[in-house]
Amino acid sequence: MKYSYYPGCTLKNKAQDLDAYARVSAKALGFELEEIENWQCCGGVYPLGSDEIATKLSSVRALNDAKEKGQDLITLCSACHHVIKRVNDDMKNVDDIRNRANNYLQLDEPYAGETKVLHYLEVLRDVVGFDKLKEKVVNPLTGRKIGAYYGCLLLRPGKILQFDNPENPKILEDFIKAIGAEPVIYGYRNECCGGYVSLKEKEMAKNMCDNIVANAKDMGAEMLITACPLCMYNLNKSTDSELPVVYFTELLAEALGVKEEVAGK
Amino acid sequence: MSTEKKQAEQIKEISGVNPLKCMKCGKCSASCPSYNEMDIKPHQFVSYVQNEDIESLVNSKSLWKCLSCFACVERCPRDVKPGKLIDAARQIVVRQKGQDYLLADEIPELLDPDVPQQLLVSAFRRYRR
Amino acid sequence: MQRIGVFVCHCGSNIAATVDVKKVAEMALMEPGVVHAEDYQYMCSEAGQARIQEAIKEKNLTGIVVCSCSPRMHENTFRKAVERAGLNPYMVEVANIREHCSWIHKDIEEATKKAVILMRAAVAKVNLNTPLKPGESRVTKRALVIGGGIAGIQTALDIADAGYKVDIVEKTPSIGGRMSQVDKTFPTLDCSACILTPKMVEANAHENITIYTYSEVENVSGFVGDFTVDIRKKARSVDMTKCTGCGVCQEKCPSKKTPSEFNRGLNNRSAIYTPFAQAIPNVPVIDREACIKFKTGKCGLCSKVCQAGAIDYDQKDEIITEKYGAIVVATGFDMIKLDKYDEYAYSQSKDVITSLELERIMNAAGPTKGHLERMSDGKPPKEMVFIQCVGSRCSDDRGKSYCSKICCMYTAKHAMLIRDKYPDVNVTVFYIDVRTPGKNFDEFYRRAVEDYGVNYIKGQVGKVIPQSNGKLLVRGVDLIDQKQIVKEADMVVLAAAIEPNPDVRKIATMLTASIDTNNFLTEAHAKLRPVESPTAGIFLSGVCQGPKDIPETVSQAGAAAVKAIGLLAKDKLMTNPCTAHSDELLCNGCSNCANVCPYGAISYEDKEVNDHGKREVRRIAQVNSALCQGCGACTVTCPSGAMDLQGFSNRQILAEVDAICR
Repeated sequence: MKYSYYPGCTLKNKAQDLDAYARVSAKALGFELEEIENWQCCGGVYPLGSDEIATKLSSVRALNDAKEKGQDLITLCSACHHVIKRVNDDMKNVDDIRNRANNYLQLDEPYAGETKVLHYLEVLRDVVGFDKLKEKVVNPLTGRKIGAYYGCLLLRPGKILQFDNPENPKILEDFIKAIGAEPVIYGYRNECCGGYVSLKEKEMAKNMCDNIVANAKDMGAEMLITACPLCMYNLNKSTDSELPVVYFTELLAEALGVKEEVAGK
Repeated sequence: MSTEKKQAEQIKEISGVNPLKCMKCGKCSASCPSYNEMDIKPHQFVSYVQNEDIESLVNSKSLWKCLSCFACVERCPRDVKPGKLIDAARQIVVRQKGQDYLLADEIPELLDPDVPQQLLVSAFRRYRR
Repeated sequence: MQRIGVFVCHCGSNIAATVDVKKVAEMALMEPGVVHAEDYQYMCSEAGQARIQEAIKEKNLTGIVVCSCSPRMHENTFRKAVERAGLNPYMVEVANIREHCSWIHKDIEEATKKAVILMRAAVAKVNLNTPLKPGESRVTKRALVIGGGIAGIQTALDIADAGYKVDIVEKTPSIGGRMSQVDKTFPTLDCSACILTPKMVEANAHENITIYTYSEVENVSGFVGDFTVDIRKKARSVDMTKCTGCGVCQEKCPSKKTPSEFNRGLNNRSAIYTPFAQAIPNVPVIDREACIKFKTGKCGLCSKVCQAGAIDYDQKDEIITEKYGAIVVATGFDMIKLDKYDEYAYSQSKDVITSLELERIMNAAGPTKGHLERMSDGKPPKEMVFIQCVGSRCSDDRGKSYCSKICCMYTAKHAMLIRDKYPDVNVTVFYIDVRTPGKNFDEFYRRAVEDYGVNYIKGQVGKVIPQSNGKLLVRGVDLIDQKQIVKEADMVVLAAAIEPNPDVRKIATMLTASIDTNNFLTEAHAKLRPVESPTAGIFLSGVCQGPKDIPETVSQAGAAAVKAIGLLAKDKLMTNPCTAHSDELLCNGCSNCANVCPYGAISYEDKEVNDHGKREVRRIAQVNSALCQGCGACTVTCPSGAMDLQGFSNRQILAEVDAICR
C-alpha cells in the first residue's frame, strides 16, 4: 500500500526522528510513504475565521495532489494532521470555503474533500491493525510503563477529527499494548501543553506541562509518548525533567527491531 | 451603526457563533487551562459580544492567553464555541495595521536551540496578520 | 344547488388584526351557491352560534362555511350548532384562516388574499358535500395498562376501583418500576418502598386487576373501544401456581455473576432471581442466558432444592390474546447512558456514579446495605461532589434538549440525607440553575443549604480526573466568585438526564401513537388534552409523556384513568362516517390499497358484478368501515380511481384545488 505523505516543516528539521522512525517502521509493516512533491507548510494552526481562505490553500494543494494520485494522505505531526483534516472537512462541507478556494486555485477539476486524511496512528489501527502489529513486534517493550500524551490537536473538535473518543481516547494505549508495554492512563493526557503560547509566555506553558507531568507520574508513568513536536518541546521544558518524552515512532521502530536502520542511531 | 456594534457583528460573522445559544453554565471556564491567566473569562466572551463591549474585549489579555485547545468547544453543552469567539476578537485586532502581537524583532531573544519550527509558524499565524 | 352561508370570525384580534374580515365576507357573496355572508367577533360564542342557526332558518341554508381557527378546535362546536338548527352536521366546512393565515402572516393585504382563497376552497367543497350519518361500534369493557411502575399501578387501581377490568403488562419480573429503586422521596423524605409496596399489594389483590409480569405487548390491532392485543408471557421457568416464594433456589443457585439490574449493576444476582425482596409477584424467574442448566445442560440445583416442585425448565413463552376498549401507556424512563460524557470519568472510576446508583447505595436493601461507601474500596467518603445537568439542557448531539425536571430536587434530597446521617461528610453541588417549582420544593432546597450546610456552587464542572490516591480531582468553576475551583473528592455523583424507556418506540408504532423527537409520547393537545394520545383510545400516564416527579406522575395516572373510564363507561361509540369505499365497477383487485392501509381495514372478495350488462365475477376491495379511520391513503394509491373517501371525495378535493388555483 502506498500513501501520499505530508511530513510538514518540523519533521524536516527539529523533529527528524519522528519522521525517520516512521519511515523505517512503515517499511517493516509493509506500507510505503511517498512524500508529496513541493508540499508547503500547513501553517501550524488551523485558521478558525470563517472568512480565511488564503491560509488554507497550502493544505488544499496537498490534498488535491493526493487526490490526483488516487492515494490517501498520511500525516504524522499532530498539528499538520489537525490543520489538513479540518481544511478537508471545510472543502467537503462548507460551500463558501470550497467555492472560494477553488476559484483561487483554478485546478483542472475542483477539489471537494475527496481525499481521505489519515494519521499514521490511524493507519496502524485501521489498516495494519494492532493485532497484526503485535505479531510483527520482535523486541517487545515488556515492563515499560508508558503514558500516552494526546494533547488537543489529535482529538478536538471530535466531530470533525473523528480520531478517537476526545474525552477518553485509547488509540495510543492500544498502540502501547501492541508493542508490548503497559499503558498508564491519566486524566491530563488530553489537556493542552500550552501550544504556541510557549513562545511568549514560557512560564504559563511550563505550569501547564507541570500539571500534566505530575499527573502522569502520579498514575505511574515512567515515560511519555507523543505525536507532536511542539508538545514534546513544551513537556521537556517542565520543571520535572525526570520523565522522558519520546515520539511514538521511536518506540515503534525499537519494537519492530528497525531502530538501527535510522542513520546515526 | 456604531463601531462597536459593527465589530460585534463582525465577530459573530468571523466566528460563526450565535452568542444567544449560551445558557451561562460556565463549563467553558471550568474546562479552560488558561482560566487563571485571563482577565475576561471564557464564559464572559459571550456577554461582551452580546453587550457590544468590544473595546474591553479587544484590549483584554485573554486574547493572547487562549490556546485554541478547544476544550471549551468540545464540552459546551449548547454548541456555542467560546474559543472561536475569542479568536475572532483576536482577528479584529491583528487585522488592523500595526497591531501585531508578535514582532519579527523580538524573535531572536525568544528562541532557544530546541524551538520547533512548528512553534514559530503557529505563533506567527495566531499573533500576526 | 346548495344555499351556502359563510361566517367569518374575528377571533378577537387574532384574525381581525391581520385579515380584513369584512372583505372576506364581501368576497364570499360572489362565490357560486353563497346566499349569505357575515362577520362576527367570536363565532364560537353562544351568540355566534345563534347567528348561524338564525341564518339557517331565515335563508334556508343547506351548507355552512365558517372561516375561523383550525377545525381541530371548533369543527365539533359548529357541527353541533347546525345540527340543532336541523342541518346535517357534515354540511359544515371550516376554513382555517387563523393558524394557516393570520398567525403566520404580517401583511394585511397578503393575509386577506390568502383568507379569501381558503374561503373559496371551503365553499367549493361544501357545494359537493352530502349529508353523512355516523355508524356505531361497541366498547370492550376492559383496559390494558402497559408498564407496571407507579404510573401504571395507579392508573390500573383507579380504573379497577371504578369497576372495570384492567390488565397490567410489565416487562420485568416484578411490578414497582423506578420508584421501587428509590430510597427516599422528596420533599417529605418518606421511604419510597413504604408508600409504594401497599399500592403494589393492592393492585395484586384487586379482583379487577390481572398482572402479567415478565411479559411484553407483541401486537395490537383494532381501534378505539375494540383493540385486540397479543401479549407475550415470557417463560419464567418457574410455575407460578406452585412457587411459595421461599427463596431457597436463589440462595443455592451457583451462577451468581450477573449484574443486578435492580441495583444498577453495583452488585450481582443469581441466575434464578426476584429483582428485590418485596417483588410482586414473589416468584423468581430463571435468566436463561445466565443459567448453567440452560447453557450446559448440567446443574439443575434449583429444581432439586425446590420443595414445591415449581421449577419448570421446559416452560415455553405463551401468547395471550385479549380484547380491550382502552389502552394506557405507562412505560416510564431510564437514565441516559454516560458514554458520551467521559470528561466526568464515569467509565474510568467506580467512584463516579449516577444519582440512581446513589439511591441504591443509600438503600438498606442495596449493595452496601445502606452504608454510604465508595464502590472502589468500600471506604466512607469525606468529600462528595454532585454535578447537575449531565446530559440535560443540551443542544449538542451528546445530550437531551430538555430539562429532566427531577434532578434538582433529588440532589437536594441526597445532599440533605447525607449531611443528616454523616455530618462529617462535606457535600458540594455544582449547578447551573436550581429549579424548584412545586409545593414545598424551594423550602426543601433552602433547608439543604441553611439547615444542613450543603455547599451549592453556581457553575459547571469541566473535568473529573482520577488520581493514584483514589481521590477524584474535580475541576469546576464558581461563576459568582469568579474563580476556577479544583477540588479533591472521594465520590462524584452525576445527575444524568432521564429519557423515555427505549422500548416506547416499538410500542408507539404498534399503537400508531405519535412520538416526539425525544421519544416522548405526544399529547392530543398540550394544554387541554394532556393525558390523551392523538390516537383515539390511547392514554398517557407518567414519564412516557414527559419528565415528571412522583406526585405529578400519580396525578397524571389518575387523570389517564378517568379518561379511560369515560370511554369504558360508554356502551357504544359513534364512528366517523368519513370512511373509504370502493366502486366495484372500477376496482381491478390490484391489492395496492390493502397494502397501504395502516388499519388492516381492506379485504377482497370475489363478487358478481354487472358491468354495463356484462355479468362476471371479479375480485373486489371491501372496506370494513368499523376499522377504517378515513386517512385516505387508499384513495391516493388506487390506480383506477375506485377508492373514494366519504366527506373527502376525489371530486371535493379537486374542486378545492380548482378554487385555489382559480
